[in-house]
Amino acid sequence: MSTNDDHHLDANAAGGALREIFSVDVTAAGTSCATCAHSFTFAEALLHAWAPGLVGRCPACGEVVFRLVRAPGRAWLDLRGTTCLDIRMPEGR
Amino acid sequence: MAGLVSRGFSGRRRTGDVKLPPGQYLTEDFPVLSSGPTPQVRTERWEFTITTETGAEHHWDWAALRALPAERFTTDLHCVTKWSKLGTTWEGVSLDTLFAGVETTAGYALAHSYGGYTTNLPLEDLLGGKAWIAFGYGGKDLAAEHGGPARLLVPHLYLWKSAKWVRGIRLMNADTPGFWEGVGYHNYGDPWREQRYWSD
Ligand SMILES: [Zn+2]
Repeated sequence: MSTNDDHHLDANAAGGALREIFSVDVTAAGTSCATCAHSFTFAEALLHAWAPGLVGRCPACGEVVFRLVRAPGRAWLDLRGTTCLDIRMPEGR
Repeated sequence: MAGLVSRGFSGRRRTGDVKLPPGQYLTEDFPVLSSGPTPQVRTERWEFTITTETGAEHHWDWAALRALPAERFTTDLHCVTKWSKLGTTWEGVSLDTLFAGVETTAGYALAHSYGGYTTNLPLEDLLGGKAWIAFGYGGKDLAAEHGGPARLLVPHLYLWKSAKWVRGIRLMNADTPGFWEGVGYHNYGDPWREQRYWSD
């Protein structure tokens, strides 16, 4: 019974938390750039929308902080340029 | 009036009977797509590097590139955002020429650009007369908005593979997804098989 995996949960267990997070307005979230550590509001990212996807760049250093690709019935969100999103949650949950 | 001239007589293709890849529509203009600010790269400072899987580097500055035999060619462009532009005329150096002195057994390439863009493709798609470092478009110097002073051009794949403002090509034994391939876009991107997204 004792394996190195004992402390892992199936990621489905995070489903409720993720649904709640993505139901809030992420554009209001505090955003930390992985390249220069600058903190800004997500909506302040410099958006390049005339591309195969949406590209958000850090307003301080210009590096990519997010990429969003939308296809019929599907979306991909790459946040590797962001170290942390500071999300204000609705009270009462 | 071009539409009234027979194809066989003029050599021009009429829009009505052109075969486009699935899901594409024809456009006459040249839309500018970009994932960031347009780098302003002066030719005096331009450099292109091929780095092999062993770390060996092959460099060309602008004068060295332009001293190589150039080709003029006409090709069709297919963008994953669904526009196709036919019969575009280019000038550039074939990658076969640039790779002539490069020793490699790598299977994969990652093109990288001024401004940080990357795109991956099999090395064999860069060879055999299928890819160029292009610096002329429509008889003029390639404009910065279209990737000038020089861009990669691999027209048999969707246009996102044709890295604008190309700065170098890194050869690798293992494939590595590039800027769009890492976030939903197809790893190979053949327009005739409509390989737009990961599962296509
Ligand atoms: Zn930054």
